[in-house]
Amino acid sequence: MSGLLAAEGVKAYYSSSKGLVRAVDGVSVDIDPGDVLGIAGESGCGKSTLSNVLMMNIRPPLRFLEGKVLLDGKQDLAAMGREKVKTQAWGRVITLVPQSALNALVPTRKVGAFIKDVLRYHLKLNGREAWALAQKRFQELGLPVEALTKYPHQLSGGMRQRVVISVATLLNPKLLIVDEPTSALDVSTQKQVLKMLRHLRKEEIVGAVVSITHDIAILRQIATKIALMYGGKVVEVGPMEAILEGPLHPYAHSLIHSVVTPEPEVKDRGLSYIAGEPPDLLHPPEGCRFHPRCPHSLSICSREEPPLIGLGEDRFVACHLVPGRRPC
Amino acid sequence: MPSRSRSASMLKVSDLTEVYTAGFLQRESAVAVDGVNFAVQEGETVSLVGESGSGKTTTAHIILRLLPPTSGEVVFEGRDIWAFKTKKELKGYWRKVHGIFQDPYAAFNPIYKADRILYQVFNLVDRDVGDKRKLVREALEAVKLRPEEVLGRYSHQLSGGQRQRMMVARCYLLKPQMIVADEPVSMVDASGRAGILKLFLELRDLYGTAVIFITHDLGLAYYMSHRILVMHKGKIVEEGTPEKILSDPQHPYSRKLIADIPLIRRKWEDI
Repeated sequence: MSGLLAAEGVKAYYSSSKGLVRAVDGVSVDIDPGDVLGIAGESGCGKSTLSNVLMMNIRPPLRFLEGKVLLDGKQDLAAMGREKVKTQAWGRVITLVPQSALNALVPTRKVGAFIKDVLRYHLKLNGREAWALAQKRFQELGLPVEALTKYPHQLSGGMRQRVVISVATLLNPKLLIVDEPTSALDVSTQKQVLKMLRHLRKEEIVGAVVSITHDIAILRQIATKIALMYGGKVVEVGPMEAILEGPLHPYAHSLIHSVVTPEPEVKDRGLSYIAGEPPDLLHPPEGCRFHPRCPHSLSICSREEPPLIGLGEDRFVACHLVPGRRPC
Repeated sequence: MPSRSRSASMLKVSDLTEVYTAGFLQRESAVAVDGVNFAVQEGETVSLVGESGSGKTTTAHIILRLLPPTSGEVVFEGRDIWAFKTKKELKGYWRKVHGIFQDPYAAFNPIYKADRILYQVFNLVDRDVGDKRKLVREALEAVKLRPEEVLGRYSHQLSGGQRQRMMVARCYLLKPQMIVADEPVSMVDASGRAGILKLFLELRDLYGTAVIFITHDLGLAYYMSHRILVMHKGKIVEEGTPEKILSDPQHPYSRKLIADIPLIRRKWEDI
């Protein structure tokens, strides 16, 4: 495997007083240089946990049970452990912008002073050098340079989010992971953030992007590849257009059809949604985890867990109902 | 979309203005709502659409009588809502006009069980309603929640969608004449939004409830409304049916709002 980052059969559970929460349960994903991988699914299906696993940001109650996280096809981050990955890779190789990161700026420090701290720590730059670098990057990304002289509360939510992403990518990391970058923003600010992510890729400031979201319509705009997660597992992976035009897994189908956008196809179909709640990962259902909510479920679905099977052209799906499956 | 039965104007907002001021020595002011006029008829769904800071939420708060306007008036069923004198009149108003907010988590008191929010509705109703527990179960079923899954649990044990459905269940108990829904689905998963929007449509069909639906997403407003009002910088800049606004937007701001909606069938060209 020569990808930039690859998770192989990763299991990471939360321990709780009631037992183990199987948040990431045997997940494999590949990220190649140049990819913009969108990870989509409902809340509580393990997306954010997966982002922490890819970073090896494993802290109790989260526990890494098995699997590999390979960087450049050779270095196993899982074997290195959190502290080593943190000092050697965070910021320079992999960077994560977690959910609500727009609150990550220090309220009592101006944005510029905050960036100086970051650069002093990572690159040992002095104040003037750090300021010049920050200014250059802000200009490149189309952010107003005046934002550097402001306190976080003086910036709008969308601006704060863009500032945080630009700080996270100051060291030109190979991989940028963004967790729900637009969920608290209105449509117009959302578009600016997405434009910025595209720009970071186009200008090769970052090598690849993983974007986690519950809103599939956003992935249409930025992703090259999509992985759909349900109940701690990846149920379908493939090129973005192939998945959105012809989803194979019933969950993928329902998820795509539940998006409310003002388009004739959507209006003709009427409002549809997935009834019920995602499974409790303390006690996930036997067999396919989607079977209790699946409109096409067969008896085999409640007994046997469908493996993720390749269909060619980087397309993988885990469903008993998909015909023409062949072992990969 | 159901036709409107009557055309009497139920709520009328005239020349509504709200100016926020801040500072002690150097007073700064910001005009949040700037001379807004509109009317809502019985059974009608009117959407207020605009970006953050366009004055949508301030308008909602004034209509819900949570915030006094700087000037202008809100008339409900022929009476100025700021002229209510007694608590009884106010309670009567809140029984008829009910608010649902963006963050359902904030509406729950974490110390008490989540279903308390449903029983509290009975405080607004003066008459004897009979078996409250039965009514609560019926309301939960109406919003497609399984009573055994939510009754007796605390709000942090419920999902965002479940919490917001419980807020809608209050409307089934109260049967208000008008709901003011302020971004009711923006904190709900994209896949759960349609389900909650459907509940509002069902309420409207069942009880003829009027809805003022506030959102930043024209896409949602398109499905929900009889009429859309586009707000920008405190002013209503365009008004029309969803079809008209989507297919033939006049104001540059409406055009921008439409262009900014991420679509599932089409990729933005300018990204």
